[in-house]
Amino acid sequence: MRQRSLPLALALFALAACSGSDWLHFRGTDNRSVSDEKNLPKTFGDEENVAWKVPLPGRGPSCPIVVGGRVVVTCSSGPRQDRLHVLSFDAATGKLQWERQLWATGSTICNPYGAVADNTPASDGRLIFAFYSSNDLACFDLEGNLKWLRGLTYDHPTTRNEASMASSPLVLGEVVVVQLENQGESFVAGIDVATGATRWRLDRPADAVWCSPTVLRGKTREDDIVLLQTRGRFTGHDPRTGEELWLYEADCHTIASCTTCGACVYLPANGLHALRYDPTARSVELLWYEQRLRGGNSSPVVHDGRVYRIKSPAILVCADAADGRILWQLRLKGAIWATPVAADGHLYAVNHDGLVHVVRLGEKGELVGTSQIDSGILASPAVADGAIYFRSDAHLWKVAFPRASEANP
Amino acid sequence: MGPFCRLLPAVCLAATFTTHAFAADLEPLLKRLLAVGPKGAGNREAQEAWEQVARADVSQLPAILTALDEAGPLSANWIRCAVDAIAERELRRGGKLPREELERFVLDRQRAPRARRLAYEWLVRVDPTTSDRLIPGMLDDPSVELRRDAVARLIGEATQMAEGTEPGKAVPLYRKALTAARDLDQINLLAAGLRKQGEAVNLARHFGFLVRWKLIGPFDTTGEKGYDVAYPPEREIDLEASYPGKHGQVQWIDYETDHDFGRVDLNKALGEEKDVVGYATAEFFSDREQEVEFRLASDDAVKLWLGGTLIDEHNVYHAGMYMDQYASRTKLKPGRNVILIKVCQNEQTQNWAQGWNFQLRLCDSTGGAVLSSDRE
Repeated sequence: MRQRSLPLALALFALAACSGSDWLHFRGTDNRSVSDEKNLPKTFGDEENVAWKVPLPGRGPSCPIVVGGRVVVTCSSGPRQDRLHVLSFDAATGKLQWERQLWATGSTICNPYGAVADNTPASDGRLIFAFYSSNDLACFDLEGNLKWLRGLTYDHPTTRNEASMASSPLVLGEVVVVQLENQGESFVAGIDVATGATRWRLDRPADAVWCSPTVLRGKTREDDIVLLQTRGRFTGHDPRTGEELWLYEADCHTIASCTTCGACVYLPANGLHALRYDPTARSVELLWYEQRLRGGNSSPVVHDGRVYRIKSPAILVCADAADGRILWQLRLKGAIWATPVAADGHLYAVNHDGLVHVVRLGEKGELVGTSQIDSGILASPAVADGAIYFRSDAHLWKVAFPRASEANP
Repeated sequence: MGPFCRLLPAVCLAATFTTHAFAADLEPLLKRLLAVGPKGAGNREAQEAWEQVARADVSQLPAILTALDEAGPLSANWIRCAVDAIAERELRRGGKLPREELERFVLDRQRAPRARRLAYEWLVRVDPTTSDRLIPGMLDDPSVELRRDAVARLIGEATQMAEGTEPGKAVPLYRKALTAARDLDQINLLAAGLRKQGEAVNLARHFGFLVRWKLIGPFDTTGEKGYDVAYPPEREIDLEASYPGKHGQVQWIDYETDHDFGRVDLNKALGEEKDVVGYATAEFFSDREQEVEFRLASDDAVKLWLGGTLIDEHNVYHAGMYMDQYASRTKLKPGRNVILIKVCQNEQTQNWAQGWNFQLRLCDSTGGAVLSSDRE
């Protein structure tokens, strides 16, 4: 079923090209899983277009981030997964710059597919915020100097989920937002980036949610808004205070997170809702809703006037971002959990077995190649500086054409 | 927290710091790391202190590691990060770690287990012979991680023996390793190895799971109201009494589980019901006052009492059930201790929301079983 509630022209006007540098959050700096990078390899493997591949000391579905020429990744290890790692690698050479470890202070029980390093770290370009399913939150500078720590389950002992707590942090200005929705003490908090103190807290329904806070960019950084999903509610908040600015009621997905493009928000909620935010009115209005765009656990991607969803287990669906019309579908292989990335006119979608599908985007999606990297991949890739970074449970890979890479160490 | 409590870590730090002299200016800095508390308390002071501790000379590593003896979970991470920063920097510049001092530290069982393991891991990086020298003697080590490595070696030897010409000779090695083992994956491997040799293995006893219970229920909790309602067993444990239950009167029944991990299936024991509560009670006899860990698991909302005092509770339904899911530490009194567990089942109809189970074991801090003195 498809519904339209605003004229098409208005919807088209609301779409704006978005871009970013580095890759500072889960799904990129703006949480959109879209990169402006060009000249990226379309096929790669052990013998081809791999600038470097380094072993990781532990597991994790957490995605790599790229900040200031460093690739930062988190892992968890040990028979109880209670050893939490943060590693910084030189993006050019793959050389390990520093590694820090923490002992988990919260529950390390998680679902068999996941790991305690379930949550993608975040950065504001100066600081790195590593967050884990044990609800340990640590802040380091780019040189690996520890700035502060929080044990949020240590502080709130019933805040835990044996199926893991996978929400990734979002840093906006002076606040890092963490979403800890679970059956115990359930809340979202804004943590001060300088001191680790809680600036604000929102009590949330006692129910498990694994989505991540998402940024809706405003005209200036001062106008940025935090988007939060929970069952039955989708809300926009002032990141400085947590104040709720607007509410949209919908049966929100509890794993796939919304995405944005310009003033539009694409919310997975029993299908896909396209909303437009009006900053003057501080409200959202429905542009369209399409039930057939119900996807799996990966988040939607919006790029160049198209919205992409992956339906379980691995069907890529492309729809018109202006009105939700389904344009084409493409069957991929295996099971795909990781949110794909759009870059260089293509979509990179990696399945659990480490098979990367490269789909040329256009009137029809065309699978132009598949490349096998490691098995055991739940993490979405990061794209920055002419390279794509994949992480599996065992390795971190840099995929780039040779002319864009340095010699291996 | 009173002033004495705030000072206590520093007092202990000074008092225990007899074997590792360290630069006088480190002590106040470590105090600030030790003073970090919940909800971000002390983070600002710790941040400044950490930067200086992390610049300490590598010779100070054993002294800094000693601070972990008194560290709470948050402070421990501050100190750990400083140790890693110092060691990493030293090796990157081509320097050396204080190997002899670190080895003495690893072998000192009075030190915090985590600190010893941390020291060991840095030692191994600079001296790969360390594991061969130290690990075989660590089968009974208070550090579960060091012990694990020792058990792993023995598993390797036993497995090799089992695949050889006299597989029966592997049995004493498997038994020795099983006695020492604390990690589930190793225990499962050892049990499988022994059973393959025709040996009986009582895993429930090995882990310390309670297997004999008195059960009563189901009591009606329609509307999920039961978690906070004190049904009769919470007021008194009278094993002769009967009470109105969901479908007529209910009485205490004897139940023994033969599950390897002590799982009690209340659907089987009390009937498959929704929106109900069941109770389990057991006596535990201790030969002395002792601190133990109660490691509880359930796929339902659960409460645990010891001697009438609530010691643990979790109002969570169907998020999974995992061994050692919940841990609480408390003291057993000499003699008879009465345990009571309340397990609530809600009204969810999904097929993954039908479990109504619990398991409980008592153990020491390494996860080694603490058994009731009347247990066969």
